[in-house]
Amino acid sequence: MKTASSIAFALGALLVFAMPRVAQAETDCLSCHGDKSLQDASGHSVGVDAGTFGASLHGSMKCGDCHTTIKDYPHPDQVTPVKCESCHTGEAERLVGSVHANRAEHSCTSCHGDAHAIFPKGDPRSAVYPLNIPHTCGACHGNDALAKKHGLPNVYPMYIDSIHGFALSKEGLLVAANCQSCHGSHHILSHTDPQSPTYKTNIPKTCGTCHAGIAANYAGGVHGKAVAAGDLHAPVCSDCHTAHAILQPTEATFRMQSTPICGSCHKDKLSTYRDTFHSQLGSLGGYVETARCWDCHGAHDVLPASDPRSPIAPANLVATCGKCHAGANASFVQYQPHANAHNRKLNPALYFIRLFMNLLLAGVLTFFMIHTILWLIRSRYQQIKTRPAKGGKNG
Amino acid sequence: MADLKQDTSRAPSHAGERFFMRFTRAQRYMHAVLFSTFLGLAATGLPMRFSESFWARRFASGIGGFGTIIFFHKFFALVLTVAFLIHVKEVFTRGLIHREKGIFWGNTSMVANWKDVKDLFGHMRWFLGLGPKPQFERYAYWEKFDYWAVFWGMIVIGFSGYAMWFAPFFAHFLPGWALNAVLVIHSEEGLLAILFIFSIHFVNTHLRPDSFPMDMVIFTGVESEEEFKTKRPEEYQRVAAEGKLESRLAVKPPVWLLNFSKVVGFTAIFIGLLLLVLTLSAYFGS
Repeated sequence: MKTASSIAFALGALLVFAMPRVAQAETDCLSCHGDKSLQDASGHSVGVDAGTFGASLHGSMKCGDCHTTIKDYPHPDQVTPVKCESCHTGEAERLVGSVHANRAEHSCTSCHGDAHAIFPKGDPRSAVYPLNIPHTCGACHGNDALAKKHGLPNVYPMYIDSIHGFALSKEGLLVAANCQSCHGSHHILSHTDPQSPTYKTNIPKTCGTCHAGIAANYAGGVHGKAVAAGDLHAPVCSDCHTAHAILQPTEATFRMQSTPICGSCHKDKLSTYRDTFHSQLGSLGGYVETARCWDCHGAHDVLPASDPRSPIAPANLVATCGKCHAGANASFVQYQPHANAHNRKLNPALYFIRLFMNLLLAGVLTFFMIHTILWLIRSRYQQIKTRPAKGGKNG
Repeated sequence: MADLKQDTSRAPSHAGERFFMRFTRAQRYMHAVLFSTFLGLAATGLPMRFSESFWARRFASGIGGFGTIIFFHKFFALVLTVAFLIHVKEVFTRGLIHREKGIFWGNTSMVANWKDVKDLFGHMRWFLGLGPKPQFERYAYWEKFDYWAVFWGMIVIGFSGYAMWFAPFFAHFLPGWALNAVLVIHSEEGLLAILFIFSIHFVNTHLRPDSFPMDMVIFTGVESEEEFKTKRPEEYQRVAAEGKLESRLAVKPPVWLLNFSKVVGFTAIFIGLLLLVLTLSAYFGS
């Protein structure tokens, strides 16, 4: 007890010198709660770091301003939980209807951290400071069991390894998208809610808050127009880039995984692409430069070949192919990157060449297979018959 | 005298056997270059042809990805092209400049003749027990087929390969659809060559009972008199009638050469059969 009281004294002394903002009256509470190791009957910490609290956003307030039910000492063991909404009415209203509306599961402090250490969101000590947000949200959304319980993906690891996560954690880039940039803060809605910034048709606008140039390009392309016209099958940003595990698009990993993403809708184009050398060398790895869908079609402002602005418009093909194939000429670009050797109407020459090659292969192999099998049987028979002593059954 | 007789019978059974030259050193080297580059081209070409299969990706990433695969594919292609040109030059030098007989026509030529047609049908009648076994000359019809299959294959695969390698250049005189066609031609003809060599050629030439497990003549260049007589009776009789048997006599291949040839040959056959299994698994698995 001697040590405890001397600590309390030391803390009190510290308070007096360092934290003049903390009203003298609060020393009554702090004489007990200033002991940071203090716990209630159920083991929860009820200690308050007076120094931190004094410097915090609420440092000028009195204990009783929040803990309104405690009037005198000794106070009951069970105290009513603090109601933040008695001041923060706007935030409380926005929480209603959000995914975190259940206050018993999602208290204010679960995001804002220690109630006695709340700092402005621009302060690096704040739990909702941009660079701290992923860690704060990740406390729940980086938990496999919790993710499974709510049927959500475990997004924290995906985010933290993404280009946004790297910009934030490695470079401390304050403008890098953190959870809140896309999902909002108090009024977070499910992506199935048309009001949500992460609802499919709202995503281009959400990403466009930062990526304004790309959003404009996208809006002009076939995908952007289709989505704007209400076609929910057309891709938005997250369909190609994913939502959380966004990679640098020039990165090998993304280039290697991207083609099947386009192919998940453009199935016929994927299968004809698979037949080409572009795909063959692309699949084998270590050679990421090989043409992927958007190298020819463009990425955000995808336009049909009939549009003269499209990179695959006939007049632009020499330039488009020439990006990789130095010396590409008008004849070279007649090459069909999606030729279908099984389609007689679209590619007659290719169809008959393939047919000839297949028949040649099948014919030669069938003939010689029969020839060889008969030969094997006959010569083994001959061997047994003429050399019974050496290998025959009667030897 | 009786003692002497006993001595010879105790000596190695083939001690008195004579050996005859079939392939020159240059021809054996040509075959070695041909099969090693062919194995290399097959091993690097198949992963591209079946780039979606699990082994293709593993193999490719194991040796350094597509860049490495295509580098070796082109390297082997260049070596094989040089070998092909040397062979063509050799054939024309022998046939046109030295006026060597039997290069373009006749018993010792690779060019097919009426006897080959008769041998093919005769051989098949023999398979079914309907007739006597044909008496083969220097090159039997299936050997000529192997030769021309490789010859045609090298022209077709080579041309289509170079057309892809230097596509912008070839586009100056090929129509656009031809650039699509060359990949189909290249991969189908390559597949045919691989399937043919690793199944038909291996069995016809090496694995059939008369030669099992391997015909060493392409490695040593010589064969025993018994083999010569039974495998190519007509050539044996012709050479004997011409009185030229003595000039074809060769020494028995040394043990080291036989052992070395076995290691090389079995390695090639093993790689070939492995590639055959992978090809079939990818072909029927996809």
